[in-house]
This record gives sequence, structure tokens and C-alpha cells, in this order.
Amino acid sequence: MELFINQILAGIATGAIYACMALAIVMIYQAIDHLNFAQGEMAMFSTFVSWQLMQWGVPYWGAFLITLVFSFFAGIAIERVLFKPLAKAPILTQVAGFIALYAIINSCAGLIWDFTIKQYPTPFGSSPFLGSQLISTHQAGMIGITLLMLLGLFFFFRYTRVGLAMRAAASLPESARLVGINTSWMIALGWGMAAAIGSVAGMMIAPVVFLEPNMMLGVLIYGFAAAVLGGLTSPFGAVVGGFLVGIFENLVGTYIPGVGNELKLPIALALIITVLVIKPAGLFGRHIVKRV
Amino acid sequence: MSAAEDLATHAPAVEAVPKRAMTLSAGTTIAILAVLVLVPAFTKNFVIFQLTMLLIYGLAVLALNILTGGSGQFSLGQSAFYAIGAYTSAILMEQYNVNYVLTLPVAGIICFGAGFLFGLPALRLSGVYLALATFALATAMPQLLKLGFFEPWTGGVQGLVVTKPDAPFGLPIGQDAWLYYFTLAVTVAIYIFSINLLRSRSGRAFMAIRDNEIAASAMGIDVSLYKTLAFGVSAGITGVAGGLGAIAVQFVAPDSYTIQLAISLFLGMVVGGVGWLPGSFVGAAFIIFVPNMAENISKGLSGAVFGVLLFLVIFLVPHGARQIAIVGQQLIGKLKKS
Amino acid sequence: MTTLLNVKDLRAYYGQVQALHGLTFSLNEGSLTTLLGANGAGKTTTLRAICNMVRSSGTIEFDGQPLVNRSTENIVRLGIAHVPQGRGTFTNMTVEENLQLGAITRTDKAGIVSDIERMYGYFPVLKQRYLQQAGTLSGGEQQMLAVARALMLKPRLMLLDEPSFGLAPLIVRDLFKILGQINREEKVSILVVEQNAQLALELADQAYVIETGRIVMSGDAETISNDENVRKSYLGY
Repeated sequence: MELFINQILAGIATGAIYACMALAIVMIYQAIDHLNFAQGEMAMFSTFVSWQLMQWGVPYWGAFLITLVFSFFAGIAIERVLFKPLAKAPILTQVAGFIALYAIINSCAGLIWDFTIKQYPTPFGSSPFLGSQLISTHQAGMIGITLLMLLGLFFFFRYTRVGLAMRAAASLPESARLVGINTSWMIALGWGMAAAIGSVAGMMIAPVVFLEPNMMLGVLIYGFAAAVLGGLTSPFGAVVGGFLVGIFENLVGTYIPGVGNELKLPIALALIITVLVIKPAGLFGRHIVKRV
Repeated sequence: MSAAEDLATHAPAVEAVPKRAMTLSAGTTIAILAVLVLVPAFTKNFVIFQLTMLLIYGLAVLALNILTGGSGQFSLGQSAFYAIGAYTSAILMEQYNVNYVLTLPVAGIICFGAGFLFGLPALRLSGVYLALATFALATAMPQLLKLGFFEPWTGGVQGLVVTKPDAPFGLPIGQDAWLYYFTLAVTVAIYIFSINLLRSRSGRAFMAIRDNEIAASAMGIDVSLYKTLAFGVSAGITGVAGGLGAIAVQFVAPDSYTIQLAISLFLGMVVGGVGWLPGSFVGAAFIIFVPNMAENISKGLSGAVFGVLLFLVIFLVPHGARQIAIVGQQLIGKLKKS
Repeated sequence: MTTLLNVKDLRAYYGQVQALHGLTFSLNEGSLTTLLGANGAGKTTTLRAICNMVRSSGTIEFDGQPLVNRSTENIVRLGIAHVPQGRGTFTNMTVEENLQLGAITRTDKAGIVSDIERMYGYFPVLKQRYLQQAGTLSGGEQQMLAVARALMLKPRLMLLDEPSFGLAPLIVRDLFKILGQINREEKVSILVVEQNAQLALELADQAYVIETGRIVMSGDAETISNDENVRKSYLGY
């Protein structure tokens, strides 16, 4: 029993990573109604940028803030230059665009910073949290930051005019235009915010998984799964989904025999899909209304 | 928050290709076929091998086109069926000494079954959820192939070496050339089958489902049956392609069939033009030759170059090679008039 | 009386299909005009063309300003509110959020708050349901919400596309009474597209009749509704 509880807690700790990533994914889904496969790579690149700043002597929180701002504008720039022209193209073509972006960012990061693993600092230290052996101060800090971002997003969408406009633009673009909202810029804004949130995710994750160009791949997949599990329309669901995925992953690795690291991913995904078959909109997603 | 609403009057995720435009005109097809038949006489073995791979990947992209462009189901898992087909052929040939020709129908049938079975639970999923499920399948496959339990058949991590067949009846052509013609024959047969499938009642059922699933079901189409059928057919063709691939490459190993293959096939479909069967081969050419080009341009940045080239293609022809074909047809029409 | 909206030789296309074949008409400031015609005549297309939601050519001038190369949202910001067919309600948001969205381009916070109260005055049922999800409202209530949302823009011109669609006659009567009130009290010019010609002609001062993308009849509403030939040929009653 104690092992079980330990694994759950450990799962929550790792799940914070996925929750963070899932938040960024849901953010962009809110803005553009589909998923950006290059999200992880953008987060990775931002994390490298922050690392580079620190190599140049910028203190942690300074680098953190600069990277946040940089990512925000980079996200907007990428959307304006690469994806606005594709706005009228079929969805599958846009997906191909995401894949292309993934390849470009991954390759560039590899060239600039090479593929050797680097240490990445944490502002929270890595001593045991409150004396517990299971959660380190870093993981606690990560959970804290994720919850803070969630709170921030909640207030943004609920209580600000821009948040309201973004929700409107994502939900019914034509009606949004008819109240005077520039839906095109709402999309750009969504990308900027998603990039910023993604960069936070990257900077929180890097101390745990170590910094290298392929660090986000596993995280991204689990992040997607978490976002989908939680229901793509719900930031709260994304965070809960993230923790659940962390727990699933840990339990699967511990209790199912013969499952090494490699099979954890497909099995966790299979579990998530089973949930989806039962609850197609995810745990907290709004019920999908199909009208003909 | 963003509504997960799906007004079926919105543009469907997969756009319809008009029936007329579904294939090339008879003249163009014959011309292309003639070129394909004659080419091996003028080129080296390695080029013949690449052309064989082009046909094989073309088949795999064709299968995906039937599934996505035809029935509107999104799949990132084709690499799994390709792997099953490949291993089926390899195991039958190397462990049981079955003639290579016979392994292909077996691969096809097994994969049809696998696809059909996968299609059943997938019925409840669509769009991004289905993508995730097929993604899981694709990532699971290499791991499953490495499992110790299957090692006596699969050869584990090292995989299996496959013997390349000689030309039959003592025909005086090399192994590569023979395999090329054999693949060409299989490809033509499957291509004709696919075109007829999409034109048949089943094909219309697929497309009705793709365009408006609810309306299709209201019209009495057995949506579940046709969706799983589409998965099955698509998997079956992919399996045959996989089998041919195993023979051509002379080797099967788990890490040859990763999610990267599935993503490449997806890109091949988009570049060729979703739902346009002839485009499958253009798409296959893209995914075979462009990564090589990218690496030649810049070893260190090959991924980035590939990405940039891909962007160029989708900016210029967002609807894929089909757009070029339409423009070409219009030009020929104008030339004929003048 | 100044001309508020001037449309000259408007042609509109859905892909290769031409839906409007050279429409010419104008609206005066303060007028309540109705655009009538059968299904498929081009009424909705006309409204969509004014807001640049469909490919078109020709001249459209609003208060002297050409609308042709502006995006939909910029046209709206000039003071044209469009209540589309099907109402375009943000079903996942509350009634109050829908009203706030109507005013999203305005910066006068106090004005917005008092305007919301004024809307509740016109449509008391909205006040009762102000925290409810808009999608749960009845058809009539959603229509009222759509009109209220349009008014939150403080528009000079309001375009309404078949507001009576799917509504019970009594509710339509009430709605049209309020529209008349709005036209007089808020000084909002209104262009309403309707299939229910009888009610529309009772409400409006001016009327145009459209048939297959062309204006075939124009004049003041009373004359047109009294002309039996016109009624029988174009309006079906």
C-alpha cells in the first residue's frame, strides 16, 4: 500500500511537467482550434535561449523573464510569417506545416547548441520538499508555477476584455468579426501566449530531463495525451490530466510486469484512449454538440 | 472557452476531390506507365531500387489516401501496418520458406484483419483523438517487435535478413530489375482496385461518411461497417507495401518502422494531394528524395532545410500535387483549343 | 435626409456561382427598410456583401466611405451591426458576456454598463437570464439577445437577416414592435431582410424586392403592400 501511495505521489510530481505542457497545448487549441505539434520544440528552443542568457551571465529570473517576453513575440512572429498564409489551406496541410516547423526548430537547435546533454539550473533547489523523500523542492516549485499560470489564465479569460474576445474568436470566428474583433490578430495573440507558457514549461522541465534538443518529445506526447484526457476546452482539465498521466505512467511502470521504459508510453496512451472511448470529450471537456 | 462544437455545415476536415478529377486521363496514364516500364533499361541498379521504393511507398501513401481522403479518418499509425506486413513476409520467407509471391496476399490479409480490428474501437474516436490513438499504435509497434516473447520469430532487436528473389523461369534480368517489374505489376493492380473501390458503392459510402457522418448515417449507411472496412482495406494495402519493402530492402528490423515512417507517409499524402490517388506517387517521391536533397544541401541543418522545402511546397500548392495536375490539365485544354 | 448606405451595381459570387447581378439601392439615415424576396433571391447575400463576407464587386458606400476593401471587422467598427441568419449567438457564453462582446470595440466602460441596462429594459427576459449560457435560451430569446448584442455596438446601421425565422408569430410581432421603437428612439437605421413580407411591410417605411440577384421593385412600404400585383407576383400573398 505504501508503495502504491508513493507511486501516486511520484506520479503527481512528474505529472506537473505534463500539466505544464498540457496548459500550453490547450492554450493554443483555444486560439486556433487545432494542435501545434511544434509546441514542444518551441518550448525547447526557448529553454535553450534562457540557458544561453545564463551562460552569458544573466541571473536566473532575469533570463526567465527575458525568455518569456522573447517567446511571446517569437510565437506571434512565427504565426504571422508561417501560418497566417496557410490560414485558408486545408487542415491537413496546416498539420504538415506544424511538422515542418518541428523539423526546422529541432535542426536549428541542434546546430546552435549541439546534441550533448546540458545541466539546467532550478531556482527552487533540489532538496526534499518539507522533508518528504518523494517530492523535491523543484518539483514543488514546478507544481506551484503551473498552478499560478492556471490561475492567471483563468482570470485572463474570465475577467479581461481581451480574454473574452479571444474566446469569442476561437469559438465562432464569423460572429466575432461581426462584433468587430480582429480574429486574425486573436490567433496571433494565442500563439504568443502559448509560446510563452510553453517556454515556462520548458524551463521548469529542463532541470529534470536535462537540456538537449530532443528533450521535449516524450513530454509533448504525454502533454497532448494529458490535454486530450482533461478535455481540450478546459485548462483546469489539462492540469488535472497532466497529473493523472504522470500517475498512470508511474503505476504502469511499477505494476505491469515486463513493461520497460519503452512500452510505458504506448500503454499509457492506450489507457487514455480507453478513457476517451468512454468519455469522448475528455474528463472535463464540454460535450461535443454535433448539429447537422 | 472554445466550444468543442462541430456544426456539420462547417467545411469538413478533409475536402472532397471531385469524381472526375480522381484520376489522370487515359492518355496521361498510359504515357506514365510506358515511362515506368522502359526506365530500367536505361538506368543503374541503384536507381531501379529507388524507383521500386518509390512504388512501394506510393502504395503506402495510396492506402492512407483511401483512409483519410476517402473515408475521412485520420491515421498516424500506418507504419504499424507496414511493419506487420514487412515482418509477415520476412518471417514466412525466412522461417517457413514460403515463396515470396505468396507472402504478399498473406501479409495483406493479416493486415486487413489488424486494420479492421483496430478500426472497431477507433469508431468512437475522430479527429485529434483518432490521431492520438493511431499515434499510440505507431509508437507501440517497434517496442512490440523488440519484445523477447516474439524473438524466435522476429529476430528481436537485430531483425531478420531477407533473401532477394531471382527472376523466375531463368529470365535474363537482374534481381533489382525483376523486383521492380514485379512491384510495378502489384502496384498497377492495387491502383486499379483502389480507383474502382472509390468509384463503387463502397467508395461513395466512404465519401459520404467523410463529408458528413451524421447525414450519412441518417441516410442508412452502416457507418461502423464502412469505417472499419476502410481501415481494413487501408491496412491491407499498407501491409502488402510493407511486404514488398521487406523484400526490396532485404532486411526487417524494429527501428525501421517508427513513428517517423508514419509521419513521412502523412506528409507524402499531403504533398501529393489528399484523396487524389495518382498524387500518392508524387508524395512518395517527395518523402524519398527531398530528405536526401536536404542532406546534400546542408549536413548539419538537413532537418531545417527539409522543413523549409516542405513549407515552400505547401505555400505554393496547399492542395498538393493535385493542384499542379489541374493547372496542367487546364493548360493542355487551352493548347488543344488553339 | 442624408444617404447613409449607397449600393451601386453590386455583384456577388459564391465560388463560380454569381448570386447578385448588379444590385443598386440606397438607404437614408433614420429609415427602416426591408429587403424582400423569395428563398435564394439573394437577400442574405446582399447583407453579407455589405459586410464583405462574400466575394463581391461594385460600389458600397457607408456615410460616404467606401466599404469594398475593408475587412468585416473594420466595416463593423464603422458602425454597422449585422445580426446574421441563425443569430450567431456565442452559445457557450453567458447572456451578459454576449452583450459585453457586442461592445467589445468600445472603450467607454460606464457607457457600456448603462447600455447593458438599457438592453435589459427593452428585453426584460434577458435580465432574468443574464448569467445563463446563451445556448440554453429559446429561439425568441436568442433573437432578442442577438438584437441587443448588435445594439451594444451603438451602430448607425443595423442589418437583420430574417429575424422572424423559426419564431412564433406573436413573438415576431413583439420583436418587430421593439425594432420600430429602436429605430425611432435610438436613431438606428435598420435594414431588415425578411421572408415574412406582411409583417415586414407593416414595420418598414421603405421596401425593396429582390429576385434572382436583382432589385425588381422599390418604393415606400405602404404602396408596395397595397399593390396587389406586386404582392401576388413577388411576395406570395
